[in-house]
Amino acid sequence: MLQNFIIYIGSGTAVTVSVTLAALPMGIVLGLSFALLHIYGGKWLSRLMTVYSTLMRGVPPIVLLFILYFIIAGSINISPFWAGSIALGWVSSAYQMEIFRGALLSVGGGQMLAARAIGMSRWTAVRYVVLPQALRLAIPPWSNEVSIVLKDSSLVYALGVPEILRRAQQLSATTQQPFLAYGTAALIYFILVFTTNRLLDHLEQRTRLPAQL
Amino acid sequence: MSDWLDFFWRSIPVFLNGLWVTLELTAVGLIVGFGLGLAAALGRVYGSPWVRRICIAYIEIFRGTPLLVQLFLIYYGFPGIGITLSRMMSAYLTLGLNSGAYQAEYLRGAIMAVSEGQMMAGRSIGLSRLASIRYVILPQALRLVIPSWSNEPILLLKSTAVAFLIAVPDLMTKAKLIAARTYDPIGTYLAVAVVYLVIVGLLNEVMKALERRLRIPGLEIESHKP
Amino acid sequence: MDQPILKATGLSKKYGDNVVFHNIDIAVEQGDIIVIIGPSGTGKSTLLRCLNLLTKADSGKIWLDGTEITAPGHSEDEVRQHIGMVFQNFLLFNHLTALGNVMLGLTKVRHLPREQAREKALSELNRVGLADRAGHYPGQLSGGQQQRVAIARALAMDPRVMLFDEPTSALDPELIGEVLEVMRQLAMQKMTMLVVTHEMGFAREVANRIIFMEKGSIVEEGAPNELFLRPKFERTREFLWKITELYGHKKE
Repeated sequence: MLQNFIIYIGSGTAVTVSVTLAALPMGIVLGLSFALLHIYGGKWLSRLMTVYSTLMRGVPPIVLLFILYFIIAGSINISPFWAGSIALGWVSSAYQMEIFRGALLSVGGGQMLAARAIGMSRWTAVRYVVLPQALRLAIPPWSNEVSIVLKDSSLVYALGVPEILRRAQQLSATTQQPFLAYGTAALIYFILVFTTNRLLDHLEQRTRLPAQL
Repeated sequence: MSDWLDFFWRSIPVFLNGLWVTLELTAVGLIVGFGLGLAAALGRVYGSPWVRRICIAYIEIFRGTPLLVQLFLIYYGFPGIGITLSRMMSAYLTLGLNSGAYQAEYLRGAIMAVSEGQMMAGRSIGLSRLASIRYVILPQALRLVIPSWSNEPILLLKSTAVAFLIAVPDLMTKAKLIAARTYDPIGTYLAVAVVYLVIVGLLNEVMKALERRLRIPGLEIESHKP
Repeated sequence: MDQPILKATGLSKKYGDNVVFHNIDIAVEQGDIIVIIGPSGTGKSTLLRCLNLLTKADSGKIWLDGTEITAPGHSEDEVRQHIGMVFQNFLLFNHLTALGNVMLGLTKVRHLPREQAREKALSELNRVGLADRAGHYPGQLSGGQQQRVAIARALAMDPRVMLFDEPTSALDPELIGEVLEVMRQLAMQKMTMLVVTHEMGFAREVANRIIFMEKGSIVEEGAPNELFLRPKFERTREFLWKITELYGHKKE
């Protein structure tokens, strides 16, 4: 029974981590692009991004996950794992957009002004002056988003992806030890979230500028 | 087309039914969570070392694990140790415990933002520690917490959606039923998304109004260290 | 005078290895107005806080009206009702109006009925010249007004003695006068006061006794004229030189 436990929970953990690792880069790329479009993309793009963000963040992730899953799975032939991961990344992109937008705004117009004053183009200024500062500022809220994505990855359970929770359910059925099975699932999540937080705290300290508050 | 329309009309009461359960889950979770959160926040700030440790453990465990896992542990797992709760009770309890951990952190932030000097001023006119917390610290902290706390009803409303995975008859459960009948999951879930959006929008307005109503001149979160 | 209102003997306090003050004896008689002067960081503020038990002294005893308040089992809350305290940074209750600030102790500590508490609070606000600001929140008052409300809040408890912890040092220069004026009036009404301040003009004019503290102990004490004109110790003289250079002679 113990061996069963380890195999099931171990493979579930691997799937959970994979889903999170697949969803996160997508969330970063989309989120950062949307944030840049929102701030530097002109009036119409900016409005469009506001609407996108409001709509995405106003609906429960599980509902969006279902909608996106059915859209993705209906149009291309793709496994639940990938459909779930893409959907999860997509949902996260709206939240990450707000994180990056907040960081870009708090770097402020003064930095842009100073960069333009020495003859940089708008894009060069964003690339070499604003972004390096904004990305550092974004680390604490972004770390928080990482643990949210990690926890939300449990939602792909509903799509039949064999992540930790699904494995716990199977274990519970075979061993008749529901408390042990789900308790272990909770413990694994706690360890994952805890370790991730520690790692990202470390990253934040490493990248911090001297005397930056 | 007329078939579809007919079905649409007939689904409205079903949706409303589910919506009511969703709102019920949100309200109960919010109230239970507020009580737990306030107790945990006070315990974490003012408690003895052991009380503090217990409060931290509660807060960290419920913030560090997915709501869905907590829900399954309570609904499917607890019967294994002799505690059997109905679907609704399990959902209420999980949402309350989960929201309580998050509310505790908002409240703790607000309590700590009320400067230590306020406690000293309270004590200086002869109020006891408890009376100072009640008449001086809490009235300020509860106002200061509103801007950060006002996200919680919306977050919680969105969180309740996972309760359909233990078949609580909420909006999502009804949607699943209707989707199975219409073979149109995308349309159905889009409709559900719109319902959630409307409620979230309304809640947002209510919270803004609340913030305006309870404002006190000069009382905002600011770090005036003693 | 039979016994001092407030008396402390052998009072010591340290934080870790850092001695804040050591072996302080102090006695405040009825009607005394004692000003404590000395360089910053010599434990004057901590001494005041220890006297009304807001900070616990490491050793030493304190008596209020002949009763030892440092004795085990004695209620701190009871003690603080009788010792008024005014803080450097006012510390008004930010969620209450000026009136509410003065009323809170009356309703929640002395359990007066609301109407009676209101009346008393208004008369205390009147005493500091702020009856017309009763409905204002701290955020709507100037620093000087806030400090006067804080004085009214302490007075409302009918304290036996008032402790002032640098009441004007957080104020803009133009607002200092109004607070000192209120304190001067209290002195004329024979309120017993223990004041930590750098306002030498006030000390000279109002105090009947000056205590000079340095590095956690009392260097010398005496009547203002004596201490200001003929200080016995070199350290006192040096401090007085520095402070007059810094603050200049008070323009009256």
